Amino acid sequence: MTVPAWIARVRGWKRPRWWRWAVWIAVLVPAPMVLVRLLSDFLLGTRWLGSNPVKEGELILGQLTIKYLVATLAVTPVRRIVGWNWVQKDRRTFGLTAFFVGLAHFLWYAMLDIQFDGAELSKDLTKRTYIIVGFMALLIMVPLAVTSTRAMIARLKQRWTILHNWVYAVPVLGVTHWWMSVKADIGEPIFYSAVFAGLLGWRIWHARREPS
Amino acid sequence: MLIRPAAPTDLRSSDITPEPLYFSRREWLAAAGLTVGAIAGAGALLPRRAIAQQTLGTPYGLQPDDKPTPWDDVTGYNNFYEFGTDKADPAAESRHFKPRPWTVKVDGLVKKPGDYPLDDFLKAGRIEDRIYRHRCVEAWSMVIPWRGIMLADVIKRAEPAPGAKYVEFTTLYDPARMPGQRSPVLRWPYTEGLRLDEAMHPLALLATGVYGRDLPNQNGAPLRLVVPWKYGFKGIKSIVRIRLTDRQPDTAWNLSAPNEYGFYSNVNPTVDHPRWSQAKERRIGEFLRRSTLMFNGYAAQVASLYSGMDLRRNY
Repeated sequence: MTVPAWIARVRGWKRPRWWRWAVWIAVLVPAPMVLVRLLSDFLLGTRWLGSNPVKEGELILGQLTIKYLVATLAVTPVRRIVGWNWVQKDRRTFGLTAFFVGLAHFLWYAMLDIQFDGAELSKDLTKRTYIIVGFMALLIMVPLAVTSTRAMIARLKQRWTILHNWVYAVPVLGVTHWWMSVKADIGEPIFYSAVFAGLLGWRIWHARREPS
Repeated sequence: MLIRPAAPTDLRSSDITPEPLYFSRREWLAAAGLTVGAIAGAGALLPRRAIAQQTLGTPYGLQPDDKPTPWDDVTGYNNFYEFGTDKADPAAESRHFKPRPWTVKVDGLVKKPGDYPLDDFLKAGRIEDRIYRHRCVEAWSMVIPWRGIMLADVIKRAEPAPGAKYVEFTTLYDPARMPGQRSPVLRWPYTEGLRLDEAMHPLALLATGVYGRDLPNQNGAPLRLVVPWKYGFKGIKSIVRIRLTDRQPDTAWNLSAPNEYGFYSNVNPTVDHPRWSQAKERRIGEFLRRSTLMFNGYAAQVASLYSGMDLRRNY
């Protein structure tokens, strides 16, 4: 089957020069801006985060975590389907950002939302399923983040791949956490469930087609 | 008829520059200055800033540090799923909603049922301005200057028949005007209910306004329930029907998640929501959380309604 010319051209795209900067902006700007907006709302009386800035910021950080997970898991399919091998370099960047923003989401909840209320924190982490599920997602990301350095990849060899298969559990737990936390408006959790189902489903389909 | 006070940015007849002045440039400038000053002065009344409470109504059950929540928050942070599930959706999506003409049906176990045009409906009671505490089940709270009539007056006018034990309220069902009703987020129309003795309590208000003005659409125009000792979702909005009945009415959130939202839904810091603690609350506009009070601070007035009841089971 001959590939149409325009598809061949898209597949042939090289990494644009601005790409590096776009990635840096995408990972470094949104989460810190949430804190900047919170401070501005409380100190300057702005309304960037609306009437309940602590809650809104917490939500935004959680949603950002999900979005960085989408980016992380989209790298390989994009590389295989579109043929842009150069996106591979950014997978670790997206993955680490997902971890750090997820950590920020948890710290925001513990420090700003429930404000170090020990009794509430321990009850949340032992009795409230959606918080346990979210916390598990964060915990799973810890060893993945720690072993993300080049030295660790070299040292762990095949074991690194086995360990990092755990990344697939993170979005499942993350979206479940989100879905369980809303009252009735499940539209967005459904949307992201579909996205992750696509990203994970493609891997299953691809693995069956081309056993590696 | 409700008297609607001039909105601060509305021009009053006195603000219109008389023709002779208009043609005299120097005096015109002076008048313009006054007009701008008047508008700015009136604008300062609008509540991003604290306001003297006496001008907004009679405080009921307020704690010493309770100050009215700014207008922007009261009218910009709303749960009104008929207009969308985000807090900012109701204000944005209800802009073109027309709350008049409006008819309220009063029926069920009453001796005098009727369909009332809103203005006639409101003749049952005296319109009052009352400042209440408001506690949402999501653990945030406000202090809101409502305007309205006592629900008890409406029920007395209808004359409950023997056997009437509960009151059921129903919101308008009109997906063309309430876009949120096009998706099955809750069972539409939204319904709520009170036991008859709760409904007869003098604190139970049918509100027609906030901050001395007609209710904005996002707050449940033109008529909503306010039950300050219960979680906010009991305060059903845009009411078209009030029905007295002998059995406990179905309520929208109870149908949606019966283990999370009970029929009573009294504010109670000792009974947690299954997914979060109700011991504390975040007052909109404040950073540090406050302790939640039993019956939202109205225990002295309403606790006797529930004497002998297990409030853990009847959440």
